[in-house]
Amino acid sequence: MTTAAPAKTEYEAVIGLETHCQLNTETKIFSSESTKFDPDNPNTNVSPICLGYPGVLPVLNEKVLEYAVKACLAINCQVAPYSKFDRKQYFYPDLPKNYQISQFDLPIGEHGWIEIEIAENPKAEPIRKKIGITRLHMEEDAGKLNHGGSDRLDGSTYSLVDFNRAGIPLVEIVSEPDLRTGKEAAEYAQELRRIMLYLGISDGKMQEGSLRCDVNISVRPVGQKEFGTKVEIKNMNSFSAIQKAIDYEIERQVEAIANDEPIYQETRLWDEGSQRTKSMRLKEGSSDYRYFPEPDLPPIEVSPEQLETWKAELPELPIAKRHRYQADYGLSAYDIRILTDDRALAEYFEAAISTGVDGKQVANWLIGDIAAYLKNNNLKIDEIALKPEILAELVGLISKGTISGKIAKDILPELLTKGGSAKELVEKKGLIQISDTGEIEKIIDEVLAAHPDELEKFRNGKTKLRGFFVGQVMKKSGGKADPKLTNQLLGKKLQG
Amino acid sequence: MIDREEVKKVANLARLDITSEEEEQFTTQLNSILDYFDQLSELDTEDVAPTTRAIETSNITRTDTLKPFPDKQALLDSAPEQEDDYFRVPKIMASN
Repeated sequence: MTTAAPAKTEYEAVIGLETHCQLNTETKIFSSESTKFDPDNPNTNVSPICLGYPGVLPVLNEKVLEYAVKACLAINCQVAPYSKFDRKQYFYPDLPKNYQISQFDLPIGEHGWIEIEIAENPKAEPIRKKIGITRLHMEEDAGKLNHGGSDRLDGSTYSLVDFNRAGIPLVEIVSEPDLRTGKEAAEYAQELRRIMLYLGISDGKMQEGSLRCDVNISVRPVGQKEFGTKVEIKNMNSFSAIQKAIDYEIERQVEAIANDEPIYQETRLWDEGSQRTKSMRLKEGSSDYRYFPEPDLPPIEVSPEQLETWKAELPELPIAKRHRYQADYGLSAYDIRILTDDRALAEYFEAAISTGVDGKQVANWLIGDIAAYLKNNNLKIDEIALKPEILAELVGLISKGTISGKIAKDILPELLTKGGSAKELVEKKGLIQISDTGEIEKIIDEVLAAHPDELEKFRNGKTKLRGFFVGQVMKKSGGKADPKLTNQLLGKKLQG
Repeated sequence: MIDREEVKKVANLARLDITSEEEEQFTTQLNSILDYFDQLSELDTEDVAPTTRAIETSNITRTDTLKPFPDKQALLDSAPEQEDDYFRVPKIMASN
């Protein structure tokens, strides 16, 4: 007889993200040189201001303020009526002034939230979850270090500094510890990126470092109120890396607790090669950054009028589109997610259906053949010759029965590359669907006469051959026979 | 009041290497400076809003217009060490 094992402790992870987004302004946050990503030409976009030479005066780029406020509005933050910059002091060679101009106690935005959708698999109905945003603040980026003598920091004998990135405007968005899984965190980061791209204020390229996420994570037994020891993970340069790093870290921490091993408060790096997190440095107490107000920059007061103007300039955001598409077009959550993932695609879709054609049909073309074409040719939706009204025309021709779906598929490549009217192309090529019963019957008779053996086999029970006959009729008609009508008429003829 | 430990901590944060005589000296000096400023606490500031700066001004911004700095070389040349177009800095972390 076995005795019941003690109930296994269930653990949950508590995860928060700190996300840095580079703003795609022309010039740096406090000085007028370019923000261009140019790693091959180090120290070309630099000035005495971003290098912190003595006697210089930083001045805030008005676009940075506008973009930061728009980002605040888009993530439902309260925009501070009075905000200021502070100096965050620390020493590191990528930081030329020995302090970073950031925002400490009066950030431009606080108390926001975004909504994420979590689906078990792509086709499943998603669960919606609100993730709190603690704050959004503006700050400058640091330079980039190349370590000499070794590809690793700890083995290098010296380092080379490129300050092209120093002074590039960033917004840092700090989430509440509302995330529970790697998937939720990855989804949260993707939604933030989507919002930034919709706003057009950041290019969101993780590979180039214009979107960077640091993860704070601890685990605790389910039901426990206190947080476990917090570990920070850095160095993830894709959404899947965020998910994998968190899942790995949850497992590592749960195992440590189960084995009575300590969890250290530390920073760990995600190592893509070994798919593990590795300890980088222990954190001894919280860092002492000795923040104080930046005396060179006056405070920022966003007036209610200015706020209203910027609010009015916001596009419809992904969350609003998702909810509206669901309510108005009866599309599946899967279709909606794909269509709204990219603002240009969503707007293309909306332009096409504004002509009154069926949304589901348009969605199918966009998600199927057109998406495949874009992917294979590395194009964006607004780079193809097929304009939304022509796609609408094509869909309209199918639903009116003028052409079959098959013909539409055949002429799509030409429309995609050359554009022009779908209707004219169909007429020019003589591709109008044959919907005349007599005409189709004639073709069927010819096909049956040409294949007596197959016909005999069919009549002897090999009913699978029906598909063969349909294919022959379609082929003989040049794809123009109305498939539904063909099927119907063929059914009768085959019975003899 | 600031004690000697605090002075050591601040020196460490500022990456200053100070002798024990200097620790003693700075502790005394910093305390006398702090005492001097402490006279301000005699004022009644009950109804005075906190201020972060003396000049009443806000929202000073510039347009997002490119004006590259013309003499990049001068900036590099001001550094103690350079290599190609990089600033060169000594080893950052002691290996362990």
